[in-house]
Amino acid sequence: MSLKNSNLVQAWLVLLLATLFGTALAGIQAKLGPVIEANKVKETMAKIPVLVLGEDLAAELADDNQTLTIKSRVVEVKKNGITKFYTVYDAWLPEGKMIGHVVKADGQGYADKIELLVGLDAQGKRITGLFVLAQKETPGLGAKILEDAWRGQFKEKSTEKHLSVVKGGGAKEDQIDAISGATISSKSVTGIVNTAVANVASQLEVTAGPEKNKTPALQNKEPSKNKERS
Amino acid sequence: MANQPTALERFVQGILPENPVYRQLLGLCPTLAVTNGMNPALTMAVSVAFVLVCANVVISLIRNLLKPHLRIVVFTLTIATFVTVADRVLAAYMFQMSKTLGPYIPLIIVNCLIICRCEVCASKQNVITAAADGLGQSIGFGLALASIAAVREILGTGMLMGFRVLPAGWPDWVVMVLPPGAFITLGLLLGLVNYIDFKREEARK
Repeated sequence: MSLKNSNLVQAWLVLLLATLFGTALAGIQAKLGPVIEANKVKETMAKIPVLVLGEDLAAELADDNQTLTIKSRVVEVKKNGITKFYTVYDAWLPEGKMIGHVVKADGQGYADKIELLVGLDAQGKRITGLFVLAQKETPGLGAKILEDAWRGQFKEKSTEKHLSVVKGGGAKEDQIDAISGATISSKSVTGIVNTAVANVASQLEVTAGPEKNKTPALQNKEPSKNKERS
Repeated sequence: MANQPTALERFVQGILPENPVYRQLLGLCPTLAVTNGMNPALTMAVSVAFVLVCANVVISLIRNLLKPHLRIVVFTLTIATFVTVADRVLAAYMFQMSKTLGPYIPLIIVNCLIICRCEVCASKQNVITAAADGLGQSIGFGLALASIAAVREILGTGMLMGFRVLPAGWPDWVVMVLPPGAFITLGLLLGLVNYIDFKREEARK
């Protein structure tokens, strides 16, 4: 076979372009990658005050130009031979009082993974708020898990008992009203909250104060995902 | 090479006479998937415009080096590169929108509209014509997406881009923002476009 007909020589343009484009994309990723990561962290950080304090108090705090001290750590939970990692954010009031925790949890929804932030009080006894970070539920039905009216039900629920989902309204204590037409999405979210609370609640005790841990490098450090490994 | 349309002709043709969605029925996946609201539809249209114009220009610049049996590989490589750029830029500077559009931005790679323009125009004509063609087709695609999104968002939520269009008592037709609404709207609008064409043809006779 002559050199001119060899596959490699014929494909010189493809190879050249692939190299050029690949290099260009690597450059773009190197430049934009940190921005994208920062976006994700920022979204979480922005939600934490509302989750642990509630809308009103969080707004008050922001008006006073004060911020919570937030530190993230990874909690390791061993259960049935599976080690699961949760990212937990601990929040302190400006004067140094521990105010609450936010747990990042995920699980399977009706469509794709649902990622949640669950706010808990300082002792881990009550849920203080719930936020949906990522979901791909059915628009108009399951996507109602995003709405305040539904998410608000989790507020003030005790973490001592598992929450259950009921249909057709009239949810009592320890119960969550299902979204009509989206029972699976409702159950998924409730299930993720139950599991996260059960796994993490016992490990919320923080002995160290905020000052000791105020290393800025630690503040934004979080694993990209809650990894599961057996 | 004789009788190839000029740059201006290419540009004008893309907008209505050869509209990618209503006339060529190309790129229907994003057309159906992201038109449940005006904002995602416009973001998609701009992303496609960026990819289409850039790919057309690059392919036109290297058109004399293309080997016939390797051209599709080169097209795909070029398109994929620009799609990745668009995807990363969206994730970095329009984080929420990038989350809303989900996989549909990476899926522009397989949008047949772009490969069609590379094949029909960019690989045969000069850079100016290829750029004009990409721009015209992009505007046509954007108009089609916007028209479908407007109908779906207004009927499905009573609002358009955050403003209430229909009275507050409007019973939101949720089906319009769900996938079936996309098929219903596209079908009806296609029918309408064909009907108008038919009437104009008759009037001319």
